[in-house]
Amino acid sequence: MRIELQDVEYRYQVNTPFERLAIHDVNLVIEPGTYTALIGHTGSGKSTILQHLNGLLQPTKGKIQVGDRTIEAGKKEKQLRPIRKKVGIVFQFAEHQLFEETVEKDICFGPINFGVPEADAKLLARDALKQVGLGEEILGKSPFDLSGGQMRRVAIAGVLAMEPEVLVLDEPTAGLDPRGRKEIMDMFYQLHQERGISTVLVTHSMEDAARYADEIVIMHKGTVYQKGSPNEVFSQPEQLVELGLDVPDTVRFQLRLQKEMGVRFDKPCLNIEELAMEIKRVMKWGERS
Amino acid sequence: MMEKMIFGRYVPAESPLHRMDPRSKLLMVFFFVCIVFLANNTMTYVILGIFTLVLIILSKIPFRFLYNGLKPVFWLILFTLFLHVFFTKEGEVLYSIAGLDIYEGGVRQGLFISLRFTYLILITSLLTLTTTPISITDGMEQLLNPFKKLKMPVHELALMMSISLRFIPTIMEETDKIMKAQAARGVDFSSGPIKDRIKSIVPLLVPLFVSAFKRAEELAIAMEARGYRGGEGRTKYRRLRWQTVDSLLIVSLLAVTVLLVIFRT
Repeated sequence: MRIELQDVEYRYQVNTPFERLAIHDVNLVIEPGTYTALIGHTGSGKSTILQHLNGLLQPTKGKIQVGDRTIEAGKKEKQLRPIRKKVGIVFQFAEHQLFEETVEKDICFGPINFGVPEADAKLLARDALKQVGLGEEILGKSPFDLSGGQMRRVAIAGVLAMEPEVLVLDEPTAGLDPRGRKEIMDMFYQLHQERGISTVLVTHSMEDAARYADEIVIMHKGTVYQKGSPNEVFSQPEQLVELGLDVPDTVRFQLRLQKEMGVRFDKPCLNIEELAMEIKRVMKWGERS
Repeated sequence: MMEKMIFGRYVPAESPLHRMDPRSKLLMVFFFVCIVFLANNTMTYVILGIFTLVLIILSKIPFRFLYNGLKPVFWLILFTLFLHVFFTKEGEVLYSIAGLDIYEGGVRQGLFISLRFTYLILITSLLTLTTTPISITDGMEQLLNPFKKLKMPVHELALMMSISLRFIPTIMEETDKIMKAQAARGVDFSSGPIKDRIKSIVPLLVPLFVSAFKRAEELAIAMEARGYRGGEGRTKYRRLRWQTVDSLLIVSLLAVTVLLVIFRT
């Protein structure tokens, strides 16, 4: 499903002394089957954009096309359920949304809300639980008896069980240990690859953005500052540093090599293997000359 | 979704009302709540209205903001108005529809009660809108100090109050977040049959309670870790200062009281 944002603006608390412009002039297309990473500082409007993708927030200006549905500023939208079924959001600290007595019931909650019969929902729950790497033995447990990491996984399973076409992830691994972090990010990537789910990832981690995304969108002060493939975006690392954003460790390493040893690289390296090859190539060339 | 609420909310601004001592404002509210009941005719309600209006102007809070914030309460006010209009049987019959007589006394009574309601809400909102929760509790603690002799746990009460006030915005924010998370999972909070909407409270309340309890525990541990041991011998960083404007506020309120006593029937 394609999502397109056209000149979207959103103001919080219009007509109060707290009125605040969160995003403005946002133009963005999320093509079906792509993996997009949204990066930017806290307060740059990432989370606000994300909540527009399934109609949780409606723009104060501009319009959003979600599949065949258009959400326009100023119109009162009803019946957003079909959109919300297709666009699943995993919020930051998703475990806060758990509430049912058992893990199974909690995972089934979404599907049942969207009209899936209970028996089918239970099957979906099992499948989703397997996806997030948990065993079926916890289905009958209370979600509040689980560890923090397990709770997060159950909450994610609750969104996966809705079988969304677009998966929106708001820092899904915040506060997890490095291993759990990698496992969950890999799992999302696998879903994206195998089932062709379009994925939108909001993250602070440049490593994750570089590793998984096809397109990186950089937000700055409420609007899109730059967008492009990881190669394009990280080929001008100085610009990112100027914005106060991080660059992947490998790119930072390249920058230092360039500065301290005077070597030149043709392209940014986004993972360690690539960097090693590139250094090998560049250094040899250096010897010959 | 909860952003329109103004109760318990502080709006930072530079205004005479913001600068006043919380004690004078608290006393004013307490006093006002009492003297509202003195008013019983048009003149006295007008006097109270002028007093309220002057305070609103002094607070520099935009009218529109107050109006928006009070919208949810209008239904309650309207309800009391109708109750009085239909059920008070005093004075002449003004109008009768379908066997239901509307009396002049009822309309008057209804209007007065609704006005009284509005004044009370406005004045109490003004207090919280112009005073930070911290100063309110500081003021409260100071005002209640004499009761310490009667073994009243003044400090503890003030602490409880400041904690609850402090967490109102946090919990509102959290409510908003959880509502959104559940809405993304297909809960419809704003439309659909009443039965479904009441049911939709559960996925909201359970996480809210869970996190509130967790937060309370964390707060208790954090306080203990920083050596909190109750109010005994505790000094204050912010000192309250009673200024001329504060005396002026109390004097003007006394003047209003005198006027009310003169003009009431």
